[in-house]
Amino acid sequence: MTKHKKPGKKIGLQIAHWGSLAVFAVFASLPFLWMLITTFKQDADLYNRANNPFIFNSAPTMEHLRYLFNETLFLRWLLNTAWVGTLVVIITLALAIPAGYSLVRLGGRWGEKLGIGIFLTYLVAPTILFIPMSRVVANLGLQDSLWSLVVVFPSFTVPFAIWLLMGFFKAIPPDLEEAAMIDGYSRFGAFIRMVIPISTSGILTVVIFSFTLVVQEYIYTLTFVTTASNYTVSVGVPTFLVHGDVYNWGGLMAGCLIASLPVVIVYNFFVDRFISGYTLGAVKG
Amino acid sequence: METATPAVKGALRSRNPHLSFFFDNEKVLGLLMIAPAVLYILALVGFPLIMAFVYSFSDITIGSADFGFVGLENIESLIGDFEFKLALKNTILFTAVSMIIVLVLAKILALILVKDFRGKFIVRALILMPYVAPISLGVIGWLWMLDSIYSPINWLLQHTGLFGPDFWPMWLGKPNLAISAIIAVHVWRMLPLATVIMLAGLASIPQDIQDAALVDGAGYFRQLFQITIPMMLPIMLVAVLFGIVFTATDIIIILVLTRGGPYNSTQVLVSKAFYTGIDAGDLATGAATALFLFPLLAAVAIFMLRIARRTEVA
Amino acid sequence: MPQVETQSLFKHFGEVKAVDGVDIVSSEEEFLVLLGPSGCGKTTLLRMIAGLEKPTSGDILIGGQVVTHLPPRARGIAMVFQSYALYPHMTIYKNIAFPLKAIGMGKEDMKKKVEWSAAMLGIERLLQRKPRELSGGERQRVALARALVREPNVFLLDEPLSNLDAKLRTSAREELYRFQKDVSITTIYVTHDQVEAMGMGDRIAVMNAGKVRQLGTPDEVYSDPADTFVAGFLGSPPMNLVETPDRIVGFRPESFLPQQMHEGPGDLVLLPFTVTRIENLGADRLVYGKLEERFGHAVAIANLPTSFTRYPIEPNQRYDFAVPRKDVKFFDPRTGLRAEPLPL
Repeated sequence: MTKHKKPGKKIGLQIAHWGSLAVFAVFASLPFLWMLITTFKQDADLYNRANNPFIFNSAPTMEHLRYLFNETLFLRWLLNTAWVGTLVVIITLALAIPAGYSLVRLGGRWGEKLGIGIFLTYLVAPTILFIPMSRVVANLGLQDSLWSLVVVFPSFTVPFAIWLLMGFFKAIPPDLEEAAMIDGYSRFGAFIRMVIPISTSGILTVVIFSFTLVVQEYIYTLTFVTTASNYTVSVGVPTFLVHGDVYNWGGLMAGCLIASLPVVIVYNFFVDRFISGYTLGAVKG
Repeated sequence: METATPAVKGALRSRNPHLSFFFDNEKVLGLLMIAPAVLYILALVGFPLIMAFVYSFSDITIGSADFGFVGLENIESLIGDFEFKLALKNTILFTAVSMIIVLVLAKILALILVKDFRGKFIVRALILMPYVAPISLGVIGWLWMLDSIYSPINWLLQHTGLFGPDFWPMWLGKPNLAISAIIAVHVWRMLPLATVIMLAGLASIPQDIQDAALVDGAGYFRQLFQITIPMMLPIMLVAVLFGIVFTATDIIIILVLTRGGPYNSTQVLVSKAFYTGIDAGDLATGAATALFLFPLLAAVAIFMLRIARRTEVA
Repeated sequence: MPQVETQSLFKHFGEVKAVDGVDIVSSEEEFLVLLGPSGCGKTTLLRMIAGLEKPTSGDILIGGQVVTHLPPRARGIAMVFQSYALYPHMTIYKNIAFPLKAIGMGKEDMKKKVEWSAAMLGIERLLQRKPRELSGGERQRVALARALVREPNVFLLDEPLSNLDAKLRTSAREELYRFQKDVSITTIYVTHDQVEAMGMGDRIAVMNAGKVRQLGTPDEVYSDPADTFVAGFLGSPPMNLVETPDRIVGFRPESFLPQQMHEGPGDLVLLPFTVTRIENLGADRLVYGKLEERFGHAVAIANLPTSFTRYPIEPNQRYDFAVPRKDVKFFDPRTGLRAEPLPL
C-alpha cells in the first residue's frame, strides 16, 4: 500500500535532501576551499578587513607559490615525505604480507585471534609511546634524522596492514593454493607464485593506506626531528611557516593545499576498501 | 601414454631436503612468515610500552643518562596538580561531546548518502576531505577561519546583519570559545570516517529485510528506529570506538590550533605530556601523563575484540 | 602392482574421527569411486591421498612407495577440485602450462604438451580465453587438461560434477568416463551421488562415519550389500528394510512384485501387501503399502514398471506380492551386518 506523496511534500523532501547535503559538504570542505582561494590571493587583498574574504578583490597572484617553492624548505619537505613514505611502504609490505598470509592460512585456531591482537597495537602506538620512543631513537643514534621515522613508522602501519591483508587473503579460495601445490609448488611456492599475483588490488590498497598514514604523522616527527631541513610536510608547514606569531598565510595555505590535494584525490578512490578493515570484517568492503 | 612411472616423479622445485623442511612444513613456515612482523612489533611497540610504565615510576629526564625509581610519586603529584586534572577533564569532555555530535550527524549524513544520486562521487569526495587530508594542514585552515582579526566566519556572520557591530568572537582567545572550537574541529575531522563506516553498515542490511518491513507497512521513521538502527548497532559501536580513540589521543588539533591555550584551558593529556616530557625535558612525568590514556585504550581494545568475535560467528 | 594403497589410515580432528581406519587397495587403471553421504570422510580420505591433509596415523602408498610424509607435488598425482580451481588471472593456456612451469620445462616442450592435452579434451580453441569466460562444462575440461598434462600416476577427483547443471551432468559424466578409459590412469573419484558412482565406477567404496563399509563392483554393492547402511544408501527408492525379532529383512522395491509377475522358476517368498498409495513417476510406479501382521504392518515400497499393465493395482486392496528368495537379504539387527538367512 503506497502512500502517494503530495507534490509539495516531494519537492520539500528534495530541498531538504540537497540542502542538508550542501551544508555538510560546505562544512567539510570549507577550510580547503579557503586554502584554494587564499593561495592565489594578493596580500593586500588578504589582509584587508573590509574586503569580502570569499572572492578575489584583486587579481589572483602566483606570488605565494613562488615564495613557497623558492624561499622555504617546502620542496625539501615534500621530498622528505616522499622518501620516508616509500621506504616505510616497502618495509610494511615486507613484514605484513607474509604475516597476514600466515595468520589466515597457517595459523589454525590462533590465527584470527592473533590477528586481532596485532590490529589492536595500532590503537596503542604513537600517543602513549612517543616519550619512551624518543629515548630509543636517541640511543640508536637516529635522532634528528629521517631514518628515525623510517624505523619507527612501520609500528603503526604494519598492524593495520596485516589486518587489511588478512581480509584480502581470506577471500581467496583455498582451492587455488591447493591446486598450485598439487601442480608442483610447495606451500611457500604457491604463496609467491599464486597468492601474491592474485592479491595485487589488496597490496595496492595497503600501499595507499600506509603512505597516507605516513603523510599524516605528526607526533613522532615532532619529537624526533629538530632540524628544519629534516622535517616532513606535515610538521614542517605548521612549525616553520610561522615566524614568531606572524604567519605567512599565503604561503602557508599554498603549502597546505599542495600537500593535501594528491592524498585526497588518491585516497578517495580507495576508501571502500579500507572500510572493511575498519569495520573489523563486519561488513565486506 | 607413457607407462607407469615411479611414484615420486616430477615437480620438486627444491630438491634440497633441508629447504623442504621450511617450505613444506606448515607449522614451521607459518612461524617463519609471521616472525619478522611479530618481532618488529614486540621491539617497537611492546618494548616502548613497558618503558612507558617504567619511566612513569622513575625520575628520568631528557638530559640524564641514568635514573632511579620513585614509585608512585609521579602519579601522586600529577593527581594533585590542577593543570593535570584540567587536562584529564578536557580529554574526557572533548571526546565525549564530539563523539555524541559525530554519532548523530554521521547517522543523518549516512542516511542522506545511501541513495545514489548525480554527483554523489564529488559530494562524497568533499565530505571525506577532513579525514583524508593531512590533519595538521587541514587544521591550519581552521586557524585562519577562526583568526582573531581576519576570520572569514566572523566576517560572514557580521555581514548577515544578525549581529551587532561589536560582535566578533575571539574563537581562540577566550577559553569557552576555544573549547567549542576544538570540539567543532574534532567533529569536523571524525565525521567523514564515522559516516563512511555507517554507510557501509547501512548498505549491508539485507534488502529482504527492508522489503519485509515495507510489506509489513512500516513507515520511514518506524523502519529507521526499529529495524535500521538496531541492526546497525555493531557498526555504530565500531565507529564510536574508533572515534573515541582518535579523539582522545589526538595531539595535532591542540598543538596547531591553540597550543593548549588560552591559559592552558584547552590542554589535553597528550599535549600536556608533550610539553612536560619533550619541551620541558621531564620524561618521567610526561610518560606518566600519557599513561593515563592506557586504561581507556585497553577498554576500547576489549570492546573491539568482543565485536570482532561476534562478527566472526555471524 | 597396486597403484594406490592406504594402510590403517586414521584422521582425527580433536574428538571428531573423520577417517576411522581405512584400508583400501586400488588397481592400475581402475576407476575407483568413494561414495557416501556428507561427512562420511570421503573427501578427507581423498585429501590425505593427495597430501593436502596429514594423517593422524597410518600410511599411504602410491605405486608401491610410501608417500605419507611427502608433499603433494612429490606424489605424482593430479587433482580436479569441485570448484575446478582454475587460476582466474591466467589464460587457459597458462593454466594448463602451470604445472609444467613448476618443474621448469622449456617453452617449446611446454607448448607441445599443452596443445596435446588440450586436444585430448577438445578445448584447443579456448586456449587464449580466461576462466571466467567459460561455461561449466568447458571449465571441467580445462581442469582435466591441466591434470592430464603432467601425465600423473593417479587422478584424484573431488565431486567435479556437482557444480554443473543437472542437465549437463549426464553428458559430462559420459565424457569423464570415456576420458578415463582413453588415458587409462588410475582414478579415485569422490561423490555422494550413487547414480554417478554406479554409472562410472569399476569399483565402489561405500563409506560412512569414517569407515569403508563395503568395497566392490557396482553389482556387488547393489545386489550383495554388506550391511544395512550400504543396502539403504544404494538404490532409489532404497532397499526395504523390515525388522523382525531376529533379523532385519531386506528386499529391493524392483524385486517386490505381484506374485504373478515373477517369471521363470525359482523360490518365491510370499509377502502379502495392502496398498496405501501409488505414485506414477512416468517410467515407474511406486506402490506404497503395509505388510502383514508378522512384520508389524511395516511400510514397504514396490517399484512396478508402468508398462506392466496386466495386473492392475488399486489402493486399499490386498495383494499377494512376492520376492525371489535369492533377492532377500538378512541383516543382524544389532550390528547391521549381513547375517545367515532365517526362515520366514
